[in-house]
Amino acid sequence: MWGRCPPLPEATLVIRGGTVVGPEGTARLDVAVAGDRVLALAESVDPPSGATVLDASGCLVGPGLVDLHTHLRQPGREEAETVESGARAAALGGYTALVAMPNTEPPIDSAGVAREVLVLGQGCLAEVAVAGAITVGRAGVALAPMGELADLGVTLFTDDGAGVQDGALMRRALDYAKGLGVTLAQHCEDAALAGGGAMHEGSWSGRLGIPGMPAAAEEAMVARDIALARLTGAPVHFLHLSTAGSVDLVRRAKAEGLAVTAEAAPHHMLLTHALCAGYDPVFKVNPPLRTDEDVAAVVAGLCDGTIDAVATDHAPHAPEAKDLPFDQAPPGMLGLQTALLVAWEVLSPQLGAARVFALMSAQPAAIARLTATDARPAGHSAHGGPVEAGATANLCVFDPAATTVVEAGRLASRSRNTPYAGRTFQGAVRHTVLRGEPVVIDATAQR
Amino acid sequence: MTGATSQHLLSVADLGTDGIAEVLRVAEAFAEVERRSVPKVPTLRGKVVATLFFEESTRTRLSFETAAKRLSADVLSLAVASSSVKKGESLRDTVETVEAMGIDAVIIRHSSSGAPHQVARWVERARVINAGDGWHEHPTQALLDCFTVRQVLAERKGVAPQELGIDCFDGLRVLIVGDVRHSRVARSEVLAYTALGAQVTLAAPGSLLPPSLEGWPVEVAGDFDAALGDADVVSLLRLQAERGSGSYVPSLREYTARWGLTARRVERLADHAIVTHPGPMLRGVEIASDVADMPRTVVTQQVSNGVAVRMAILFLLLGGELPGVGEVPAVA
Repeated sequence: MWGRCPPLPEATLVIRGGTVVGPEGTARLDVAVAGDRVLALAESVDPPSGATVLDASGCLVGPGLVDLHTHLRQPGREEAETVESGARAAALGGYTALVAMPNTEPPIDSAGVAREVLVLGQGCLAEVAVAGAITVGRAGVALAPMGELADLGVTLFTDDGAGVQDGALMRRALDYAKGLGVTLAQHCEDAALAGGGAMHEGSWSGRLGIPGMPAAAEEAMVARDIALARLTGAPVHFLHLSTAGSVDLVRRAKAEGLAVTAEAAPHHMLLTHALCAGYDPVFKVNPPLRTDEDVAAVVAGLCDGTIDAVATDHAPHAPEAKDLPFDQAPPGMLGLQTALLVAWEVLSPQLGAARVFALMSAQPAAIARLTATDARPAGHSAHGGPVEAGATANLCVFDPAATTVVEAGRLASRSRNTPYAGRTFQGAVRHTVLRGEPVVIDATAQR
Repeated sequence: MTGATSQHLLSVADLGTDGIAEVLRVAEAFAEVERRSVPKVPTLRGKVVATLFFEESTRTRLSFETAAKRLSADVLSLAVASSSVKKGESLRDTVETVEAMGIDAVIIRHSSSGAPHQVARWVERARVINAGDGWHEHPTQALLDCFTVRQVLAERKGVAPQELGIDCFDGLRVLIVGDVRHSRVARSEVLAYTALGAQVTLAAPGSLLPPSLEGWPVEVAGDFDAALGDADVVSLLRLQAERGSGSYVPSLREYTARWGLTARRVERLADHAIVTHPGPMLRGVEIASDVADMPRTVVTQQVSNGVAVRMAILFLLLGGELPGVGEVPAVA
């Protein structure tokens, strides 16, 4: 059916030798790109002279990844990350789009700050969308100007870093959001129950003498917001689910037909609270690393469709911030350059390539409303695939046969707080193509 | 600490049963030194130890500094209140600055659990001794508690403590009472007593127990008064009001009534039962004043023994070869 295709003189880029990952499965195909669009897929494409050729032998060619949950730290914490450095890390991790979280300083709770981040994102190695705050200053008291932000193309709202504690205010926000066609995303944490904890409350926190955050602090707010989704009919997206109880609550809400979606972070698919035993704040994150049972439940939730997306919660912190005592250090881990590696290790044996890419590209793109069928009023291109003729050429080329050794000092982030330093993963992100431009070739950023 | 890899004393778990036994043995030799007219030995002459106390302390700091001086080490004492810490210098930079002055051992107390573990990763050659970190551990306190208990048992038998070895702890019933949740002493005591073969029971209101006791080799007393009658050793903990423990119980009055070692409740103890308290005591809260002053209450003995135990720790970490009993160098 595909065969050798006729000469394509207009092709500007040809990706040769790879296996294209589609929604249903994979096929050995070359990909020809002209300008910012996929031109054709064929078993063999002869590149015209002047076209860039990317070797993808043995590689998977999938849609560029989309991260629903990136902390870019700009404005306010440029020593930890900038829009440029974060987008560079994203591209090197196989991402073509990311959603910047609003907990900057000042937060993204006004059109001015949103516009600044969107402008900073132009020309970066990955496209930058922004999430707006639900409440002014993320203070949980008064609604942020969601309409004004929606007019700029903001489709996700969250006070991430904290949950909206006041149930009545969250209900009002959901009612208000319904008329705007946007989604509210919740960082589920009952602040009083979490009580200043610095790690998961359980066997390790008790032994280590570190104040803990019980799973119930997350689950109480997941349960509340499911009730609010039922009450209001508005969609709710659950950020970084980390407990077995949370996964179960969302599973039941979906079975009931409620408009809820959920994401999980790579570290919650792989790492547990036992890593805190050495008091190294690089393992401090919020929600915290939890138990083996919780990790298994998160993976099961990703496998059975309860959890819709892998989202990094990429949270850079400058070295001096992570050199503090455990209870004083800020929570957060780098994630953009390791997310696909973790997902590949944990999920691909059970799910295969097509579903791993769906969890990291098509499904998060749909939640962020960045797909070809969305309006995309902020001017973003279409993400999430499928890789087919006519689609925008946002692509991730992944080599499952290669290996990657994580070196904290060689990551593109301005920070080094990766929990995977020194770890070897199977697989490597080889090329990333953004709107037809190969921004990463052979794991090297091109500009 | 005495193992091939441990250079620091961060947790009682670093010692293991043999290590604890060795500390008790060496401490006994130093207790003998302390009874001399000039209680000072040249063992650590030329060594420099620094005490870095980021949290208040009376007895632990004095005890460590006295121990170091009796071993002829030079002692530097960082007064955090008048140091560059107040100018915003980080813990890491403070420690690296102190080590750059040629310090052999850093004795650290910090309000954050695990701070000594981090310091141990940052130093290049100095030994790190945990003098209490957050809710986590206070290893030397637990060691001196064990040392004191053995001393009392030996006195009663009319033998030298060393003759008892660690067999005297086998099956010993230790009841730890009070604010276990926020207590670094309790965590170290559980490790030390159980390593020596004792049976440890915790008695506390549910809100003052750790949220999980998974992996703790302990039992929890269902009936405090009954557990008191079974105990050979009662370790009372201070209600840590500065860590917010007050809000974990309805009132100090109710706490004292239900969990305090009152004059009435002390009647339930077996005649031989020993009462320990790490200090500072809150008389009238966890311990009645009269009970604090009873002969069975060994608080001042604990304080005296603290010096010998800390001499042993410093000697074992800094002194190289382990001496046999009686081989401790004589007065210069």
